Amino acid sequence: MASKYFDHGKLERNVSLLGIAALLTVAIGGLVEIAPLFWIDNTIEKVEGVRPYTPLELAGRNIYMREGCYNCHSQMIRPFRDETERYGHYSLAAESMYDHPFQWGSKRTGPDLARVGGRYSDEWHVQHLKDPRAVVPESIMPGYAFLSERPLKAGDMSKHLTALSRVGVPYDAAAIAAANDDLKAQADPNADAEALKKRYPKAQVRDFDGDPGQLTEMDALVAYLQMLGTLVDVDAAGAQEEPQ
Amino acid sequence: MADESKAQIDAATGTQFKGHEWDGIQELDTPLPRWWLWTFYATILFAIGYTIAYPAWPMISDYTRGAMGWSSRGALVKELAARDAALAPIHKAIADTPIEQLPGNAQLMQAAVEGGRAAFKVHCVQCHGSGAAGSKGYPNLNDDDWLWGGDLTTIEKTIIDGVRNPDHAETRQSMMPAFGRDQLLTPAQVNDVVAHVRTISRQDKPGAASQRGAPVFADNCAVCHGPAGQGIRSLGAPNLTDGIWLYGGDADAIHATVQNSRQGVMPRWGDKLDKATIRMLAAYVHSLGGGEAAPAPEVPAVADAANGVQSQTGQ
Repeated sequence: MASKYFDHGKLERNVSLLGIAALLTVAIGGLVEIAPLFWIDNTIEKVEGVRPYTPLELAGRNIYMREGCYNCHSQMIRPFRDETERYGHYSLAAESMYDHPFQWGSKRTGPDLARVGGRYSDEWHVQHLKDPRAVVPESIMPGYAFLSERPLKAGDMSKHLTALSRVGVPYDAAAIAAANDDLKAQADPNADAEALKKRYPKAQVRDFDGDPGQLTEMDALVAYLQMLGTLVDVDAAGAQEEPQ
Repeated sequence: MADESKAQIDAATGTQFKGHEWDGIQELDTPLPRWWLWTFYATILFAIGYTIAYPAWPMISDYTRGAMGWSSRGALVKELAARDAALAPIHKAIADTPIEQLPGNAQLMQAAVEGGRAAFKVHCVQCHGSGAAGSKGYPNLNDDDWLWGGDLTTIEKTIIDGVRNPDHAETRQSMMPAFGRDQLLTPAQVNDVVAHVRTISRQDKPGAASQRGAPVFADNCAVCHGPAGQGIRSLGAPNLTDGIWLYGGDADAIHATVQNSRQGVMPRWGDKLDKATIRMLAAYVHSLGGGEAAPAPEVPAVADAANGVQSQTGQ
């Protein structure tokens, strides 16, 4: 539309000008929508109880991502009645502050796992991961029986923790140095885990896969699943954003 | 390209040419349809109104809250409050009624069973199955075979405190030793006692092995399972003489149980669910078919028995 104020024809005939104008327009949208998330209080709210993952949980999380669990399972309970009644209190931003990458989503082929920790026994998880239909006949989840046979080869967890500390996860030098020991200690009921528990409050230390003799991928994955959503006391006043 | 200042009018449509021409083809400068244009302006106006009414613009440490004061978390709080208000009378009545008196109020019991049915589908079906029939390692709740007891009070306690929760002192606790693995019995003794259990459960005829196993059973197992293997509920020791098996009653399964023991875990729900929901779940589980009358010697036994019958026929 020709206008006496602005000649769109000039913009359309000049590719460089059109490119710059398009970039500016998109940049405004991006700046307004994305940039404030880095400074607005309620997206960076700190919540009591959130801690970095233990090395074993981290190894389990890596298996979770390797097996593509996120394709069917999200970890984000939205503030809707149906979701909070089924999965528990809605997720808080801070609960995934040490997730790299985060596991949010709303496509629920399988149930949301943001608060699955403590909901089932270790044995249930092992049984369910080996053969989902043994415990949930109507399940469409594939079986992951091999996890309990494969020894956990997590690699050098110290390096893993170092990498995460560089993107802002607060692992201190002691945690990084002890990472490989912590990895084994968390699944070994006979190990001295006092230092581990001090470093990672609410860390659960036990044999997770029912086979104390071996540290398997199943140990790591179940350890990860059993801690999901258990760190924050969601009913405590500090954890809640003031609803307006 | 033609000179734009000398724009011409197309004779056929009466519309002005845009002014440029490619191989004899000229472009018309057709104005946008009015309806489209005004709709477009309307959407801009709507957007402005929307950003005033609803949370929209980011600021330094906060965002504009919107004139209507809406927020997704606030909307949830309101919705839950409305639900709670609607359910409050019945929940309060259920929470305030001691569970053993629940069957005395048929209407309340019915409400509790229905509420429990809904809660069961959310929290319990993953292990106990959608029909509460259980599976290997997870008890069937439809039958009248109970590990810890099947009256309302006992079921409620099991739900509140769970079974073998490592970090909870009140939890139901039974620790069968791993007789084989920890070498409390020799492999031969394990085989003998398995044969004995197969015999007392009337799956096998008595034989030499089962006869050898009888004294082993008396020395090692009877303290929890009872001399005849009938089980002792206060210890969570199952009855071995009925046809109901949690982990299977074939020789291999029993052998595995004696060898390594079984330590099934049920989560405790006392810290996850409110009092009324737990009471409703207990009422629902009790109503499934195996619910027992409360073994209360202080109140007249007749009333209790009547209550038990009422709760079962109420379904």
